Amino acid sequence: MKFVTRLLIGTAFGVVLAGSASAAGLTVGFSQIGSESGWRAAETSVTKQQAEKRGIDLKFADAQQKQENQIKAIRGFIAQGVDAILVAPVVATGWETVLGEAKDADIPVILLDRGIDGSPDLYMTMVASDQVLEGKVAGEWLVKDAAGKDCNVVELQGTTGSSPAINRKKGFEEAIAGTSNIKITRSQTGDFTRAKGKEVMEGFLKAEGGGKNICALYAHNDDMAVGAIQAIKEAGLKPGTDIKVVSIDAVPDIFKAMADGEANATVELTPNMAGPAFDALEAFKKDGTVPPKQIITESKLYTPADEPMKVYEEKKGLGY
Amino acid sequence: MNNSLASGLRRATPQLISLAVILFLNWLAFPGFFDLRIQDGRLFGSLIDVLNRGAPVMILAIGMTAVIASKGVDLSVGAVMAMAGAVAATMTVEGYPLMAVILTALAVGIACGLLNGFLVAVLDLQPIVATLILMVAGRGIAQLITEGVIVTFNDPGLIFFGTGSFLGLPMPIIIAALLAIAVILLMRRTALGLLIEAVGVNRSASSYAGINSKLLLIFVYTLSGFCAALAGIIAAADIRGADANNAGLWLELDAILAVVIGGTSLLGGRFSILMSVLGAIIIQAMNTGILISGFPPEYNLIVKAAVIIMILLAQSASFAGIGGLFVRAPSAAKKADAS
Repeated sequence: MKFVTRLLIGTAFGVVLAGSASAAGLTVGFSQIGSESGWRAAETSVTKQQAEKRGIDLKFADAQQKQENQIKAIRGFIAQGVDAILVAPVVATGWETVLGEAKDADIPVILLDRGIDGSPDLYMTMVASDQVLEGKVAGEWLVKDAAGKDCNVVELQGTTGSSPAINRKKGFEEAIAGTSNIKITRSQTGDFTRAKGKEVMEGFLKAEGGGKNICALYAHNDDMAVGAIQAIKEAGLKPGTDIKVVSIDAVPDIFKAMADGEANATVELTPNMAGPAFDALEAFKKDGTVPPKQIITESKLYTPADEPMKVYEEKKGLGY
Repeated sequence: MNNSLASGLRRATPQLISLAVILFLNWLAFPGFFDLRIQDGRLFGSLIDVLNRGAPVMILAIGMTAVIASKGVDLSVGAVMAMAGAVAATMTVEGYPLMAVILTALAVGIACGLLNGFLVAVLDLQPIVATLILMVAGRGIAQLITEGVIVTFNDPGLIFFGTGSFLGLPMPIIIAALLAIAVILLMRRTALGLLIEAVGVNRSASSYAGINSKLLLIFVYTLSGFCAALAGIIAAADIRGADANNAGLWLELDAILAVVIGGTSLLGGRFSILMSVLGAIIIQAMNTGILISGFPPEYNLIVKAAVIIMILLAQSASFAGIGGLFVRAPSAAKKADAS
């Protein structure tokens, strides 16, 4: 009997606590894919930071790369009656039912970083980067840097057939299309990894007269660029000087390379997808402003002029 | 002695011809393929790249040959590479001395091999399933060790294993060569190789003949784990970081392919480590050729598959005679099946 009383008091206390917490601000559920890459880990920690800064009570669920876990988490959020749900969908299909349930419960859903196949009515908005734009920003940097001089570019592509590889290639090609001095002379896949980036760059260097015919390297991600930088050094050339290096993602290690003068530019794929999502959500809750269906994050260019060591230290803490 | 050399060369003919053809095609695609020069005190050129990049698969293939000769297979080598690399990188970052780092990483590989050997020899699990366990779990463990990030290091001692050089040759080549010589001597200057072949051909018969087949099986998996750890250290040292997601990914398949191209049967029995190393070189010569050929990357896998089919066909044709493939003579058909 005593035990039951204590249990009842405990439960009542818990309910009061939970009530007061949700009164302090919005409660938002976040179903994250997992932590398969450093960028993903950084996205998680930035989302938590953003929520804390705004006084949002964030309920975090890690799906460990499984859609069924995400569906379970979203159903859990609906049952808890959260004010909004953020989802980074692990796959594009199979969301109709569960997002329909969220819609019936009048809980707005915001997609982070990836889209879904299905009716746009299922979600309020999607926050993502423009991968074509990322390639374009990288290309435009090179056009400016080459300043009309002839420049043969070798390209390290991402995993063949993946959407970032296709779009980042397209954007870069669009940027250099108007020029006659910049040409892509070799292009191969480096599978987004350091080891393959290094191996492919070794091949490029041999095939292009020991690197004499290469003016710049464009890598679809920073990891491949870091691998290629080592290959360039081992061939007796200076990366960043003899061969310019431009890549995408802005992970911490590329800033270290930039500080050492071995990389020239990187385009940020920001891990801060939650910031714009929370902005849209707060505006919606305040006066019902419906955000556009797609919110594009900024693709910021970083060069050695941007205090790379400082950015490195900042980024290092995000769990990359 | 001369006789055995001649018969060895005769057996190796299809592989040597394949290698020669691939190197010739590489030379056609890129006339500077055979150029060598000295850069920073070491040889530098595409041929060296082939050997250097092929070294991890060569090392894996050395261990894999022994496993396959025992009628087994080790699918876990790629994951063990990732684990060994993760351990080496994490310990280096935490400031342990080089000796401790290397020994621990190798010990991880040996422990994984012992586990595989225990599952296969003592619990009698099918090798493909027994090693599948570690193939899946190992990469997860590696990710736990690195906490999901690429652990980078700058310790010159560890980096030396990947990018250092000795007598003008990159370290990975030296390590692979030394390991190959040591294992060949161990297998062929003692009865060990013969005993492994016996277990591979018929385990129960060899047990009745007084061979301790359990111990031999545990030994071959342990050797394979050791080789995988060594390859993992080299792969991590090469990029100065441990990439748990990608280190050694799918390399178990390359290693098996190298053994098969080298002519060792997946059904166990007679094996040749030297031929498996040659198989690894053939695979890498093809990979390097594709990289410098300038083909769009969408064709990589198709070209690779086509070349491998040609190599395997060349081997089987040398067995059955090219005509044998088309004639329905019972003996020829049987031989074609067997190959």
